[in-house]
Amino acid sequence: MVGVRDITAKQMTAGGAVLALLIVLPLFCSPFAQHVMILTCLIAMCGVAWNVMGGYAGMFSFGQAAFFGIGAYTSSYLLLTFDVSPWIGLVAGGVISSLLAAAIGYPCSNLRGHYFAIASIAFAEIVRIVFTNWQMVGAAEGLTIPMLKESLAHFMFHSSKLPYYFIILAFLLLALAVCRWVSTSKMGYYFRAIKEGHEIAQVLGVDVVRYRLYAIMISAFLTSMAGTFYAQYILYIDPDSVMVLPISVQIVLVAMLGGANTVLGPVIGAAILVPLSEYSRAWLGYKGTGMDMIIYGTLITLISMYQPNGVWGAITNLKRGSK
Amino acid sequence: MTDAPLLDVQGVSKYFGGLRANEEISFQVNRGEIISIIGPNGAGKSTLFSCVTGFHRVDKGRVIFKGHDITSRKPHAIARLGIVRTFQIVQVISDMTVLENVMTGGFLRHNRVVDVRRKAEEILAFTGLIEKGSYNALELTISDKKRLEVSMALAMDPELLMLDESMAGLTPVELRQIIELIRKVRASSVTVVVVEHVMEAVMELSDRVIVLNSGRKVMEGTPEEVVANPEVKRAYLGERYGAVSQ
Repeated sequence: MVGVRDITAKQMTAGGAVLALLIVLPLFCSPFAQHVMILTCLIAMCGVAWNVMGGYAGMFSFGQAAFFGIGAYTSSYLLLTFDVSPWIGLVAGGVISSLLAAAIGYPCSNLRGHYFAIASIAFAEIVRIVFTNWQMVGAAEGLTIPMLKESLAHFMFHSSKLPYYFIILAFLLLALAVCRWVSTSKMGYYFRAIKEGHEIAQVLGVDVVRYRLYAIMISAFLTSMAGTFYAQYILYIDPDSVMVLPISVQIVLVAMLGGANTVLGPVIGAAILVPLSEYSRAWLGYKGTGMDMIIYGTLITLISMYQPNGVWGAITNLKRGSK
Repeated sequence: MTDAPLLDVQGVSKYFGGLRANEEISFQVNRGEIISIIGPNGAGKSTLFSCVTGFHRVDKGRVIFKGHDITSRKPHAIARLGIVRTFQIVQVISDMTVLENVMTGGFLRHNRVVDVRRKAEEILAFTGLIEKGSYNALELTISDKKRLEVSMALAMDPELLMLDESMAGLTPVELRQIIELIRKVRASSVTVVVVEHVMEAVMELSDRVIVLNSGRKVMEGTPEEVVANPEVKRAYLGERYGAVSQ
């Protein structure tokens, strides 16, 4: 169990080296490569957020796109209408997403497994349809974020993608820190008890309803932050780009294939799947043969067939075996 | 206040549709006692456990613990007040080690991981599982799993421990060990109520025995009184020998 073990000096060094590489490497990359790295960090962050509720607490959400979209819409709407800084919009989006997550999560307190997954899909679709028809937020046309002078305060950069990269890298590190804190604290133990079963959790004195809400709310807040980032990065959002089911599915995929229930698993998953998807599309997608999707699908099938615990699970198994 | 019973069950009834699983059951448990609840399968023993610990909503009657009315409160709230139960089918958290399982129980009273870990290690030393602390919970034998369940319960600092068939399916040696463990638990000033079929253990451990049949309380008394009662013999003990020979 990676999350529970204490960090050793060796792990600190390895982590520091990887981080240094992640900071230096993009300085020498093409803009497209930088774009791929940004998307990777973005999806990785969403995967880490999913893992808090899906991996640890066993609540399989296929509706994360709703929180992603609400994050994107809240900051964009506040900026367009009230000239509110996206940084404040980021927090506001997180709060709204968390509250909505709690409001929808409470009546779903007894739903487990498949039933929770189905409810989460339904919830996200309802949110998408509401936004598609809601004139105040641009309905199907979406929102275009106004151009401002580039600065950190405006959360907007035009001359280089690098500032975006460093922001999303910082967000990802924050999500990882939250996930690690959760997994090693009382909350993490309670989440794992809930995943095992509501009955055993109750025997152990866990307030199941309350701790399930904690899991959903933490996950929703972090996912919403990623949504705000996406809006500021792409500068145009509509329901079809930030609230659709494929986003939710991709978030689940990176977490599951990388290794759910581990802190770093979703990052590994994103680091494999996102570049693969982006590069195969760039190289093969324009031919219209669907070859990029075939390669993508084949890889997912192979990993789930041979490494059901995910890539990170396989790595930790190897390490354990060599000891 | 000190001579008031620790647990006072007053006329508890529980119905599942037309089935009267518990009908007007009343009994009291005093501090420091070991009470056994016996009866044939389907007598309502586990249902009664679930009514007391909040896993079932009580249809009629009241449950008073330490002077608090806990009737139909939430299970986690009752656990926090000091009643901890186990289930007939052993329940442990499968993707955790033995130590982590016990720690999960310990978080009921402490928030800091270091405190909880120290406490969990003490309890594993007490219950004799400390060498297996790093095993995955699923790697344990049945008897060790039952021992682990008791350890998890003890980590929650219970005043009243309710064990549902902790001795079923054990070898004679394992049975002796679990009887010794329950004795040790009582000695550490925890009151114990067990649901049990193993009469050897019931006779040896219990201060008082409560007999249920078809959802009703048939009698209550010392182990000797209970086995001498003709109605109990007819309803339960006779049937037991039939069950053993299967």
